[in-house]
Amino acid sequence: MRLLLAFASLRRNRARTLLAVLGVAIAAAMLLDMVMLATGMRESFRALLLSRGFQMRLTPRGTLPFDTEASIAGASTITSSLRARPEIDLVSPVLGASVHVLRGDSSITTFALGVDATSQGDYQLAEGRDAIAPNSFVANDDFLRATRAKVGDTLRIAAGFDPQLRTHSGERALVVAGRARFLYLAAGQLAVAIPLRTLQEMTGAAHEDRVSLFMVRLRDTSTTASVKEWMRTALPTIDVISTADAMARVDERLSYFRQLSAILGAVSLIVGFLLVTTLVTVSVNERVGEIVVMRAIGVSRAHVVQQIVLEGTAMSITGAVLGTGLGLVTARYLNAILSRFPGLPSAIDFFLFEPRAAWTAIGLLAACGVLAGLYPAWRAASLPLASTLREEAVA
Amino acid sequence: MTALVRARDVRRDYPLERDAVHALRGVSLEIEKGEYLAIVGPSGCGKSSLLNLLGAIDAPTSGTVEIEGRNVGTLGDREVTEFRLRHIGFVFQRFYLLPILTARENVELPMAEAGVPPAERRERSTELLRYVDLGDRVRHRPSQLSGGEQQRVAIARALANRPALLLADEPTGELDARTGQEIISLFGRLNADGTTVVVVTHDESLARAARRVVHMRDGQIVQDGEVPHG
Repeated sequence: MRLLLAFASLRRNRARTLLAVLGVAIAAAMLLDMVMLATGMRESFRALLLSRGFQMRLTPRGTLPFDTEASIAGASTITSSLRARPEIDLVSPVLGASVHVLRGDSSITTFALGVDATSQGDYQLAEGRDAIAPNSFVANDDFLRATRAKVGDTLRIAAGFDPQLRTHSGERALVVAGRARFLYLAAGQLAVAIPLRTLQEMTGAAHEDRVSLFMVRLRDTSTTASVKEWMRTALPTIDVISTADAMARVDERLSYFRQLSAILGAVSLIVGFLLVTTLVTVSVNERVGEIVVMRAIGVSRAHVVQQIVLEGTAMSITGAVLGTGLGLVTARYLNAILSRFPGLPSAIDFFLFEPRAAWTAIGLLAACGVLAGLYPAWRAASLPLASTLREEAVA
Repeated sequence: MTALVRARDVRRDYPLERDAVHALRGVSLEIEKGEYLAIVGPSGCGKSSLLNLLGAIDAPTSGTVEIEGRNVGTLGDREVTEFRLRHIGFVFQRFYLLPILTARENVELPMAEAGVPPAERRERSTELLRYVDLGDRVRHRPSQLSGGEQQRVAIARALANRPALLLADEPTGELDARTGQEIISLFGRLNADGTTVVVVTHDESLARAARRVVHMRDGQIVQDGEVPHG
């Protein structure tokens, strides 16, 4: 009967209930988006780091991967010593450089990764063969589109350019062996992966036996601390960044996003709470007479409170469920916009949907609905019967 | 006969900022089971205050009100609410039906609160609505009923849990003369069927229909006597 009364009360003023539910839905959508934003980028980055199973990155001291042009000397020796460690499963040396695809009088500049195709963790081959042969490379879709090349074509690629003499150096004819999706590159960025040795030769003395970073995969993640300690001692010119270190740095850099999303999420929650409180209070004030008569004929205070709280909760939950759908749609739209942010890996999602986030948003709003209904409900159920009946009769 | 209600030296003051309104000044009254009593008097004489005390929706400032032997002034909120639910039926001047419920649902409300099973509620609400001649209006909402019909639904609701005492505050106050007469007849029928009825009224014809009339003035009973019925 209480459920019937609660829903009948909500139906009594349908337009008002509908508007309130829509208001809660918008607040819920914003809350969900903020919950998704607070955790999405972090989790997405973590998933990206671990996508190929490499738990450690070794970079020139004081740098992060590819944030400067600094490189590590003696790459082959370091590779051998790393591969000799029993705890290490796989080592992937990577050299980053800009190269130029020569097309008559013009050229197209692209980012190139020098990799060992058998151990690389930077891309996934989508078509064709891997860049095993010294005169081959794989490229991403953006590169193939820009150069109008296809798998099997041979392109002239140079590693250096002298702007004063307008001449290229380190020129090679390389065959497009395959098409690949690069994991860590920004959307729209042209990229190729060339065998490490070939790229080192093309770039000349500047990068002879040098790499930009090593990616390391451990056999057992429980050895991370001991391996890291050994690396610090054995390789003093190198910074060792574990996934945990990277996540700590990401957390530090994303604290702005988290604070922003926490504030906006709290604002949405407060708006939802105030909206439901206002609506329930107005509704209760309109039917003080009915409520007092219910109490007079023997309906208990607890049941009156339950009925009114049910009204607030029903509005909040309906709004929250609608808001979840709305939040997912807006998150997808906003994600598409933010993913075009320059320099960010295209695989990063700002808004990562997790069922837990949806349940959190719905749960918070349902709790708000309960709290929002409590005060007006308790006030109504505590009205003095005799004097309120007299006032109602006079009114 | 046995006293169903016993009020002894009841006073009810309503405190104001500097003074107090003395609505009842030492009222004593006994109502036997099966009586039909009308409380009459000018506005502000304390009729409704007395009815509120007899119905346990207010407590006396001093004195005692016993209903079926229980001093209702000493009961806590939960107990007194439960007591009203099971022992007292109320009829108000302005009907106060819930507009969102049908006639049947309005009658079922006190039964649902009392924990009566749904099938039994349905059977009794149908029976009560037939009793008040609204057997064909069970699915109508209050807005689809006339004033007299709404008051009859309110009477059916008041009878839902078979109360020992039916209290009515100006039950014909919002009705025209002809419809008021129907309600008066219904109260007479109810009393004849064994229900103890107490009405507060300005309506002389309703007062004349009662078997006993209590006259009040300035918070006191000034006359209490049987009404001769031919």
